[in-house]
Amino acid sequence: MSQPVLSVKKITKTFGDFTAVDQLSFEIGKGKVLGLLGANGAGKTTAINMVLGIISPTSGGVEVFGEDLTKSRIAILRRMNFCSTYTQLPGNLTVRQNLKVFGKLYRVKNLKQRIDEVLGLLEISQLKDRVSGHLSAGESTRLNLCKALLNRPELLLLDEPTASLDPDIADKVRKVVKRVRDEEGTTMLYTSHNMRDVEEVCDEIVFMHKGKILVSGTNEEVKQHFEEESLEDVFIRVARSGDIEAKRLKEAKK
Amino acid sequence: MSWSSISALVLRYLYLYTRNPIRMIELLFWPLVHLLVWGFLTEFLQKHTTDSFPHEITYLIGAVILWDVLFRAQQGVAIFFLEDVWSRNLLNVFAAPVTNADYLFATYIVGFMRATVTSTLLVVLSLVLYSFNIFTLSWALIPFLFNLLVFGWALGMISTALIVRWGPAAETLAWAVPFFIQPFAAVFYPLNDLPAGVQVISKSLPCTYVFEGMRSGLRDGVVPMNDLLMATGLNVVYLALAGLLFVRVMAKAREKGLLTKFASQ
Repeated sequence: MSQPVLSVKKITKTFGDFTAVDQLSFEIGKGKVLGLLGANGAGKTTAINMVLGIISPTSGGVEVFGEDLTKSRIAILRRMNFCSTYTQLPGNLTVRQNLKVFGKLYRVKNLKQRIDEVLGLLEISQLKDRVSGHLSAGESTRLNLCKALLNRPELLLLDEPTASLDPDIADKVRKVVKRVRDEEGTTMLYTSHNMRDVEEVCDEIVFMHKGKILVSGTNEEVKQHFEEESLEDVFIRVARSGDIEAKRLKEAKK
Repeated sequence: MSWSSISALVLRYLYLYTRNPIRMIELLFWPLVHLLVWGFLTEFLQKHTTDSFPHEITYLIGAVILWDVLFRAQQGVAIFFLEDVWSRNLLNVFAAPVTNADYLFATYIVGFMRATVTSTLLVVLSLVLYSFNIFTLSWALIPFLFNLLVFGWALGMISTALIVRWGPAAETLAWAVPFFIQPFAAVFYPLNDLPAGVQVISKSLPCTYVFEGMRSGLRDGVVPMNDLLMATGLNVVYLALAGLLFVRVMAKAREKGLLTKFASQ
């Protein structure tokens, strides 16, 4: 692999006695999509927040575009973006106003044209003068994604982008993500509980359990590890008996 | 610092007000109530006291106007942060290429705008309703006002830092912090009339010298340079300490994951 776009090196995050992320390491090459999977509390969102610099690691480091995140955070953030189901854009601004504000924050050129482009891409052009707080969950998620795509990020972090969406809208969002990956070569870190998302979008996956990597590889490799037919089955197995699986995999390695 | 980031953050704030004119009530209603209450009280006292101090009573109106400059500047900084908390937008902002300096400078501009809107209204109304002209202090008023603005910014940074540190439950500090110091700041009464022990606290606050200076300037018609210098010197110290506190708390917030806790509220 040529120089990775994102390189996470043994990051650990502890909050008092609790270890949320434990010695997590992975790399993503240019144009690749890595799925970060795990049950609730596995440490996915904490890991994403460390990649964004919102949470600082207790130990270890993050390099993005070959630069140390702590030293070049602002320059790095200009070239990346993120979309999370846990955030919203201000509900009392219109869709266009919100995108204008974030477009200026990310120094987007030809902003007006770019806003029209991303709204068109997510099929919500008709909502541009609607107050964001009046949007449905699906529309709101697509607006978040518009914000995340505004600056044509080279690295895009997507934290459960299809959570709480109906199958139709989830399918539309997946198609947009794939289109951006294929047409713009955007590198992505993708977390989801929807295994269909992962199978369709991700090139490789990292399965986390209690802050640690349980297993990583391509979708097929991970399924083989667990001798399961689908990622959905792998997910359920890890969620229900992660400790046992961790022990089994550790012994198998020996 | 990036002007593009600063202007984007300020633009967000302007959109909030232009889209929701009802929000102007917050900026205009309470200052107006204070002006009317203190204005009528001033008129009442003027009618029912001897000729020896009726003029000084009008200082109460000046104090209301100047206090509001400080309060609105503080609110500009503290409420700016809370707006992002309330709209669950905090992570979007702090995951964007925005430095602490960009963020703080945007809050200063918003604080300045809030103070300008409110004080303009109060200056005009106090002139029309009570024939009180704060500009009797002429050019000296500007550095005095600027000192209040700066102290308001410092208090705003302290308020925000405390809210970040203690979490959403501490939101009320955004409104309470200025009133913690108000009794000691000689806003409505002269410094010398405070108990000796309290005066020690009062003298450590930049705004005390502004209010003292306003009274002295209106009474004697001479710009009290000592008051101005003391206020400016103390403000430099307060602004630096408040900035340091803000930066340290933000670093602590990243270490403890405090910003994500706000986002999940």
